[in-house]
Amino acid sequence: MMATEPATEQYIKQALTYLHEREGVPKELCMNLIDRCNKEKFSKDQVDYLVLNLLKSYEYSKIVPSEAVGVIAAQSIGEPGTQMTLRTFHYAGVREFSVTQGLPRLIELVDARRNPKTPIMHVYLEPEYSDTEDNARQVHKKIEETRVEKIASEVDIDLSEEVIVIRLDPEMIEDKGIDIDETVEKLKKLKKLKVRYEPSEMEIIVETSLDEIPIQKLQKLREKIKKKIIQGIKDINRAIIHKDGDEFSISTEGTNLEKVMLLKGVDKNRTYSNDLHETVEVLGIEAARNLLIREAIKVLEDQSLDVDIRHLMLTADVMTRMGEINQIGRHGISGAKESVLARAAFEVTMRQLIDASIIGESDELKGIPENVIVGQLCPVGTGDINLYYDWMRHVESR
Amino acid sequence: MSSYISKYISKIDFSLLSPGEIRKLSAARIITADTYDEDGLPIPSGLMDPRLGTIEPGRRCATCGNRLGDCTGHFGHIELARPVVNVGYAKRMLKWLRSICRECSRILLTDEQQVYYRKKFERHMEVFQEVDEDLIKEIYKICRKAKTCPHCSTERYSVKIEKPTSYYEETPEKGTKPMNPKDVRRRLEKIIPEDLWFIGINPEKTRPEWTILTVLPIPPVCVRPSITLESGIRSEDDLTHKLVDVIRINQRLRENIDAGSPQLIVEDLWELLQYHVTTYFNNEVSGIPPARHRSGRSLRTLTQRLKGKEGRFRSNLSGKRVDFSARTVISPDPHLSINEVGVPKAIAKELTVPIKVTEWNMEEMKQLVLNGPNVHPGANYIIRNDKRRIDLRFVQKRENVCETLKPGFQIERHLKNGDLVLFNRQPSLHRMSIMAHEVKVMENKTFRLSLCVCPPYNADFDGDEMNLHVPQSEEARAEAKILLRVQEHILSPRFGGPVIGGIQDFISAAYILTRKESFFTKGQAQLLLFSAGIRHKMPEPSTTDPDTGEDLYTGKSIFSQLLPDTLNMETTSKYCRKDACEYKQEGGCIKEDCPYEGYVKIINGSLISGVLDKKTFGAMQSKSILHRITKDYGNVAGRIFLDSAVQMLLVLIIEMGFTMAMDDFSVNRNTQNTIQEILQEAAKQVDKYIDAYIRRDESILPSSPGHTYEETLENKVQDVLQKARTEAGEIATNHLGIDNHAVIMTKTGARGNTVNLSQMAACVGQQSIRNQRINRGYRDRTLPHYKENDLSAEARGFVENSYQRGLTPTEFFFHAMGGREGLVDTAVRTSTSGYMQRRLINALQDIKCEHDFTVRNAAGHVIQFKYGDDLIDPARSDHGQAIDINALIAKTRAYKPEASTSEK
Repeated sequence: MMATEPATEQYIKQALTYLHEREGVPKELCMNLIDRCNKEKFSKDQVDYLVLNLLKSYEYSKIVPSEAVGVIAAQSIGEPGTQMTLRTFHYAGVREFSVTQGLPRLIELVDARRNPKTPIMHVYLEPEYSDTEDNARQVHKKIEETRVEKIASEVDIDLSEEVIVIRLDPEMIEDKGIDIDETVEKLKKLKKLKVRYEPSEMEIIVETSLDEIPIQKLQKLREKIKKKIIQGIKDINRAIIHKDGDEFSISTEGTNLEKVMLLKGVDKNRTYSNDLHETVEVLGIEAARNLLIREAIKVLEDQSLDVDIRHLMLTADVMTRMGEINQIGRHGISGAKESVLARAAFEVTMRQLIDASIIGESDELKGIPENVIVGQLCPVGTGDINLYYDWMRHVESR
Repeated sequence: MSSYISKYISKIDFSLLSPGEIRKLSAARIITADTYDEDGLPIPSGLMDPRLGTIEPGRRCATCGNRLGDCTGHFGHIELARPVVNVGYAKRMLKWLRSICRECSRILLTDEQQVYYRKKFERHMEVFQEVDEDLIKEIYKICRKAKTCPHCSTERYSVKIEKPTSYYEETPEKGTKPMNPKDVRRRLEKIIPEDLWFIGINPEKTRPEWTILTVLPIPPVCVRPSITLESGIRSEDDLTHKLVDVIRINQRLRENIDAGSPQLIVEDLWELLQYHVTTYFNNEVSGIPPARHRSGRSLRTLTQRLKGKEGRFRSNLSGKRVDFSARTVISPDPHLSINEVGVPKAIAKELTVPIKVTEWNMEEMKQLVLNGPNVHPGANYIIRNDKRRIDLRFVQKRENVCETLKPGFQIERHLKNGDLVLFNRQPSLHRMSIMAHEVKVMENKTFRLSLCVCPPYNADFDGDEMNLHVPQSEEARAEAKILLRVQEHILSPRFGGPVIGGIQDFISAAYILTRKESFFTKGQAQLLLFSAGIRHKMPEPSTTDPDTGEDLYTGKSIFSQLLPDTLNMETTSKYCRKDACEYKQEGGCIKEDCPYEGYVKIINGSLISGVLDKKTFGAMQSKSILHRITKDYGNVAGRIFLDSAVQMLLVLIIEMGFTMAMDDFSVNRNTQNTIQEILQEAAKQVDKYIDAYIRRDESILPSSPGHTYEETLENKVQDVLQKARTEAGEIATNHLGIDNHAVIMTKTGARGNTVNLSQMAACVGQQSIRNQRINRGYRDRTLPHYKENDLSAEARGFVENSYQRGLTPTEFFFHAMGGREGLVDTAVRTSTSGYMQRRLINALQDIKCEHDFTVRNAAGHVIQFKYGDDLIDPARSDHGQAIDINALIAKTRAYKPEASTSEK
């Protein structure tokens, strides 16, 4: 028989492409199978058998209309929550930083907090900077925020000379790769001070005059000088170079996505921050959606909890669909519901009812909680379907 | 019970009641502040006026003439002597007052602004079908800035509020001038309807002045029933108490006004009336003391009734107490199917199922009635065609009742074997927390369930209780049978794998059965197969016993009898060493020949190689055998496989004996010495680091970047001790040998892990709090008998002994400290994750997949155009994929076209 002879590559390709194009079977799956089938040397019959089975399986695994996918997603994310750890661990992912993980991070994500507890960025570098550590260091020094106090061993007020003396720490200058002249220039801009550098003493001297400035102000000025950023990007407290395979990349404690992306040598395609709101502002809502999914997966995977990605996607879609991030809760999704009763049943009951009476809202009873409240069938699952029975026709046919 | 709903509520409108409406709604004007007279009769025009409805059985309502159950009650009203503010609206009212002119009550917007904002407002309404609250805020801001009224040029005075309900106006002439509710009301009354939208009021439904009450509605008595205590004393509801106060003060105020009392007294009383009305609405208003009961307990008034977890919304409307339910302790019964639940007879006799009497079941029904309420398959009630209910407990001669039985009657019969019931364990975190089981009536007083359904319920038997509900309608039963049965929930929507499966001893037994050393005689094999319900089917014997010459069967071949004949799959077990395997490094996995039996292969329903363990047989494992069977052969096949496997494994493990005791962890002197040495070595190492730390010797203890020197030391010490414990544990485990039952349990994943094992046999290890060695207690030391700043392993909570050897008192103390942290952690976690889940559910509950496969919320807004981008339901998927490619290939590989040419 013809059917038992080995299937040609073309036969396999044709069969599986058909499945993809006509039956909507995911492309990736079909491509994968084409490769596998070619290796296995299946007969035509076997390929037919495989295709039939695949189609059957695919049809079976399709979602059923009216399925309450939201609730399933919420349960699938919420249920493992009980099994997660509460604590923040050091050494997770990035060895030197502590990163919020587990339940607190997940709550942070669904809350869409403005200030995440541990903002972090992963800065990937373009090929010419990511090959060696020295090259990476060039970008690194432009990223890490360096203040005067960090490179100085002392910042003193010399009362007799009426100057502020910054004694530099040569080791740190070396380490951070500081250009001293530049530092002097930067300090000059601060309140138009007279600044000079004494190379022999490794000192920067800021001239003031006590006649003009009272002593308290001088102290304040000293603090200001100490806090002056002379290199790097604001809010990036620490940056660390690390190696993944052959590639060097930088991770930072503290985020400033916009400024970092503008740096030369930074791979803008891969660099990301774990701050949702920052991501929305810099990269837009779609990026935030992806970040949300990615971060949630990471949290769950770190705890080795198995949750289907579709649930996280749905949650992220709900949170981002208005073009801005809405938190899961009373100030976000739940507060924006149309139904008065649904809002009242969640939180701040009285305010919802009072406000509704003034605006003269009406509840159309389209959602689940409001129908539960009034004691009607909910329009979901089997309750979403009405069966009409033409009684008269039945009688006539008898 | 079968009635159909003839009316649906399609819409609920919210608005304020006008004084006129309140009066029209009222069945009685209430004037007397009393409730009942000496004879216990309600005083007419009192708070318990019979016209407000009835709460006594037998008495008819004076308004509608219905009895207790049918009368829903009627509102009354009080005419307030002076208007008072409704607290709920106090803040909004302030905004209104600030937005309007004090003379002409027009909105403080110029005509152009009005046109502009009205247009904007209407546009938003058209697009979003809701009020633009941001716009209203914007208008408010503009109005506040106005100096004079653009309509009558009156100067605008700023209005202040003194929480909660007093308003003041700052006049340039007289300074701060109080505004009483009457003044406020007068201003609000004058606002023209066209202006109302600008201050967020819907003119079609509401007038702003209605937020200042001139008439107070009195809720019907059934809203605030009085309770007669056993001692015969009547105790009134909190609301009634509050209303008594309101009426009393109202009367006094009226009398004083009528008598022409001084302004001051009238105002005091007015304020008091305001206080009582305020607390009547909300007794938790900030700024005023809550009204209290005589005993000092604060009253639960209207807001308190609705609000919060115990409030009307969450505890009576969104969730309700139900009939036909039972709750008791659960206990295991390994002989039950996963689909079954053992119900105590006492409960079965209490819970009932309504059955229609027909010509065809007449005899059966008669027997049930005859048995009555006290004999098990009996009945508790008969409902006759005239809807009269006969309680069989009070029937003298059941034979007589039995004779009157006619088709159309309904019998509420006892729960019996095969009935479907819903079974639930709290917290109900996912849909598998409520599943339908078939009843099996049993002796004793606990619910019995199969061990395999413990994971979805997250149940154990240390005193857990579960709930049971009996569906009462045919629709409910059908739905339960099709959608809620345990077998329909083998595969979890969370990750696309089975949540149900073998646990604990079943996994150990599966390992023992299928490992290659396992051989069984014909008798043993028959026993195992019989217990699994397999008859007339025996595998081929694989060898003969060298001593007796008896036929021997491998465990694998016996287990294979449970598998469907066409099952083909390949996977790895927990015994697979993955990347650490020496064969893998030497050029690839050797598959079937794996000496660790890590490669599981099933060809045409027979287990060729590999051993069963948690990964292949356990619950919560995607890619397990149960997963494959359930997906490819259906839920029923999955259930049968699991049930019969469990029966077989149960018999096996009982026959074999599988225990764990103290002796299982004792190690001999040599091993103990080795362990001791390792620990001593570690202690020495720690001391060395501590010494280096004190001297700050960077050559021995280099400081790690981003840490203080102290942190560096702590990390190092923890590393060393951790390593020592692991090492000691390995030595002990090796000593115990792979046939030790505890070792089998950890290796198969049945229970416990290697840490538990080494803690029992070798060394408990470092106790920690917040991931740090124990450092609390006294100043610079943990216990008084240590030197200050002693950083040694012992002084910072390292437990050197094993559980088997026993802990020293200090070790025990440290261990208790570490142990408590775990308990606190769990307690905190349950509450925070519970709240997160509640919020998630609330936010996502309206979202469903529509018939066009888009995902939408209740308002019909699209959230996803295609569910999950590929339409695949995780619950019906293979770990998130539409199909498991490896399984499909394995299946195809074994497909023999000759065997089934007819298939197409």
